[in-house]
Amino acid sequence: MTSGLLDGPFGDAVLTEPAGVPRGRAMLERAEWAARAFARYDLATVDRVVRAAAAAGAAHADEFARRAVEETGFGVAEHKRLKNLACSTGLLEAYAGHDYVSVRVDHESKIVEIPRPAGVVLALTPSTNPVATVYFKILLSLMTRNAVVVCPHPLARSVCADAARVMAEAAVAAGAPDGCVQWVGEPSVPLLNALMTDERTDVVVATGGVQVVRAAYRSGNPAIGVGPGNVPVLVDATADLAAAARRIVDSKSFDNSVLCTNESVLLVEDAVADAFVKALGRAGAHLLTDDERDRVRDLLFPGGVFDTSCVGRDAVTLAGRAGVRVPAGTRVLLAPFDLVVPEEPLAHEKLCPVLGLVRVPTARSGIDAARAVLRISGAGHSAAVHSTDPATILAFGAAVRVLRVSVNTGASLGGSGLETNLAPTMTIGTGFFGRSSVGENLEPRHLVNHTRLAWNADPAVTMPDVTAATGSVWAPPTGPVPAYPHASNTSEAADVLRAAGAGVPAVPREPLSAESADLREEVRRMVVAELRRIVEG
Amino acid sequence: MADGTGGTGAGEHLSAAAEDLGFSSKAEVLAKSQKFWNPGKTRFWMGTGVDLVIDRREGYYLYDMSGKRLIDVHLNGGTYNLGHRNPEVVRAVTAAMGHFDIGNHHFPSMARTALAEALVRSAPPGLTKVVYGSGGGEAIDIALKTARHVTKKRKIVSIIKAYHGHTGLAVATGDERFSELFLADRPEEFPHVPFNDLAAMEDALRGRDVAAVIMETIPATYGFPLPEPGYLEAVKALCERYDALYIADEVQTGLMRTGELWGITKHGIDPDILVTGKGISGGMYPIAAVLLSERCAGWLTEDGFGHISTFGGAELGCIAALKALEICDRPETRSMVHYIADAVGSGLRDIQQTYPDWFVGIRQNGVVMGLEFDHPQGATYVMRRLYEGGVWAIFSTLDPRVLQYKPGILLSADQCEELLMRTATAIGRARDDAARDGWRGGSPARRTTGTATAAAAPVPPAASGVSTDADGAYVTTRNGRRVPVRTTVPVRKAVTR
Repeated sequence: MTSGLLDGPFGDAVLTEPAGVPRGRAMLERAEWAARAFARYDLATVDRVVRAAAAAGAAHADEFARRAVEETGFGVAEHKRLKNLACSTGLLEAYAGHDYVSVRVDHESKIVEIPRPAGVVLALTPSTNPVATVYFKILLSLMTRNAVVVCPHPLARSVCADAARVMAEAAVAAGAPDGCVQWVGEPSVPLLNALMTDERTDVVVATGGVQVVRAAYRSGNPAIGVGPGNVPVLVDATADLAAAARRIVDSKSFDNSVLCTNESVLLVEDAVADAFVKALGRAGAHLLTDDERDRVRDLLFPGGVFDTSCVGRDAVTLAGRAGVRVPAGTRVLLAPFDLVVPEEPLAHEKLCPVLGLVRVPTARSGIDAARAVLRISGAGHSAAVHSTDPATILAFGAAVRVLRVSVNTGASLGGSGLETNLAPTMTIGTGFFGRSSVGENLEPRHLVNHTRLAWNADPAVTMPDVTAATGSVWAPPTGPVPAYPHASNTSEAADVLRAAGAGVPAVPREPLSAESADLREEVRRMVVAELRRIVEG
Repeated sequence: MADGTGGTGAGEHLSAAAEDLGFSSKAEVLAKSQKFWNPGKTRFWMGTGVDLVIDRREGYYLYDMSGKRLIDVHLNGGTYNLGHRNPEVVRAVTAAMGHFDIGNHHFPSMARTALAEALVRSAPPGLTKVVYGSGGGEAIDIALKTARHVTKKRKIVSIIKAYHGHTGLAVATGDERFSELFLADRPEEFPHVPFNDLAAMEDALRGRDVAAVIMETIPATYGFPLPEPGYLEAVKALCERYDALYIADEVQTGLMRTGELWGITKHGIDPDILVTGKGISGGMYPIAAVLLSERCAGWLTEDGFGHISTFGGAELGCIAALKALEICDRPETRSMVHYIADAVGSGLRDIQQTYPDWFVGIRQNGVVMGLEFDHPQGATYVMRRLYEGGVWAIFSTLDPRVLQYKPGILLSADQCEELLMRTATAIGRARDDAARDGWRGGSPARRTTGTATAAAAPVPPAASGVSTDADGAYVTTRNGRRVPVRTTVPVRKAVTR
């Protein structure tokens, strides 16, 4: 007998699939059902679902902020609370009035646009901004009628699971289809790879390390992945130094620098450098001596590689670990070095409140230095400039290889759209510079396509007025989705059908027979007694 | 291909498996099947136009030796609930073969114990011990023997047209077609009562000489007539009143097919004994199990060797079952079954609106479905056209008016759409076939939701014990008494071909 009983599409892979993958695939399958149903929902129901999920997220913003800090050891609970609010009710406000559901008719161009959701979104979320990113990706998915499976970073899996559960329950209670928000309880790299490459995944939205993002792009599925940041910030001689210093220290210390938009290397024009360092000191930064700088560098980059145990720790803690004395209340450590080159560890991304400091002779050379920062890493991500000279600001924007520049504002909350009018986001598109498919801050419209109905362009051809028909394209659900599978001969099943508008005759509810009426009563009494027994324990 | 010759003959492409087994054509398999295996069955299917020799199988697809693909909505009564060769089950069993074999049935075993614990945890409260059989029939026999042991009574009451398997005791609970063939009918010990008839049930129990009532939660082979709301609950209450045990045969309704792991829990019934088979095997290694209440489990202490079965609880089967049970009981699976039931149910109702005179009823509980047609052989017509159109669903042996339609519990949304499209076409074509054979849609168009009791079926009296006359359906009892069978829809005249 030579017949290969394991032949077929699964082949030998069947025997090697890692633990957790089958369950993960089941989630995608369930999500696909949910997405099918959700894609037919009307705007009013979608609004209700989004509001409910956002409110539930906001109600837990504080609790989950504290738990995220406890679980990961990163960041500042109060700042995480702000981000959780920004990514729940904040998103609701930001996108109030936006409509990713309704059919749009353009009589001028004779084109009708019908929004078509992606389907199943696989959302990879990081350990640095765990809950905010979970909230963000769930709400974007719900706004666009997508189902989402959240795959959190293992370091934050517990709080992320609860964050997803809270939103899922609220969404379903508000009428969303069952399974439209799911989460992986035991994330792992093999599981992640299996889910990213599964054909039921319609789009991977990857926020995380370089390797995860590249894996998302290699998956063969559509992916929106965002690269790492390494944010240069230029302060030129025309800047309002006091304001710039305050903003940079606030931004760099926000959530202990775990936002990937946080400032990494400060480039300051020589002419104002001393004054500016003093201003930074007044704002809470501590300038390290060369010796102290070396100790901090050794702490952060042992062997030249960033030590992730430093992520999201506060400045005083880091200083202590490096054996550097700093005043109590220090929020940022300023680490001066000379040249922005790859072999200088401090020129690399630092997800902690240590800010590289480089003096540059002119604004022009500062722009060159900013380009150098981004040659090391962070291309396509974010930068900031503090200046009152429009020419410098524009030259900076035109030369530096990033897709968003925070101007005279902190980069952490500026680039992520929380303190600017950029789209508020937890996912920064790094575009072509950063080998990503999206160059903007991720927003709901990135998760929806449109079917375009196009009439002949010939002016002699007129498009009929289809406006009236657009209202009936989507419909609210008529009950829980899916309906509970009551046996078809029960009154409950008939109720479901009637609610759905089917012409179903009422099922007679009279007892089976006169003789059995007392029997039924007996059954009822037994059930009541049993229930009482259970309730009374 | 419906010419009965089966296959394309010389030059046909054969699978490696066929070649390994030494066959040179499908025709050869069919010829030798008649000669060495089962002439009756082989010829029956060839005559029906379903000349199927299943070769490759994958997920919910079957492939005939000719290469023709079929979506399987027969699933052998739920055996292939999780699809054919479900990769997870295959993996579990393949891995287990590196360590386990059938095992020694006399000794405690890790696999048997682990499965028993998992089954007890999954089951309605009150069921505390597990006995294994090698198949559903043996498991039913174990249940019936247990009931007799516990109550010290012999009588077992079952439903007319019940099907609980074909082993020694089980066959006597079912249709006479199968028990009389082997002189295995024992009417004194195995009274049959009409389904959905509480008066008849109470009559059978009143003498307090009944050990147990055995009920499929939905009688499968009878075309899934649904218990009227409250019927099973009332039968359970009658059992308690007259000191009989309630045996829930969950072979076809268990394992999430009704949208809950065990169909009986939708009725809020805690049975004394629950039997599972078919799907619990994962379709990969035969096994069945009987779950007993503490009261019923006494013999396992009194004489643990009371039921001996070399293959019962085979350890490889236990591994397959553990995996199958785990998959069935996942929240994702439950949710999907609800989606599938919703999608297929509404799709079928749409088809029904196109052919209301022909496709007259949908009996549905989750993905357990019986489709009723307005012709005594309606399901045979539809089965043939479905087969031609790439779907395998089987008629109900004991009521060929009704097609058993059993989608898998892991069916994808796309597969559901495809299944419905193929089904719509086949139902329409079958209607034309019946019309060509003289069917005129003689009865007024009506739709049912499954409430119609099976007794509404115009089955030949000799075969069923159910007859109809101007007053409606009745059953003639063995002492000649006529017992009306309740129906909630008017009984139609028998349709003549």
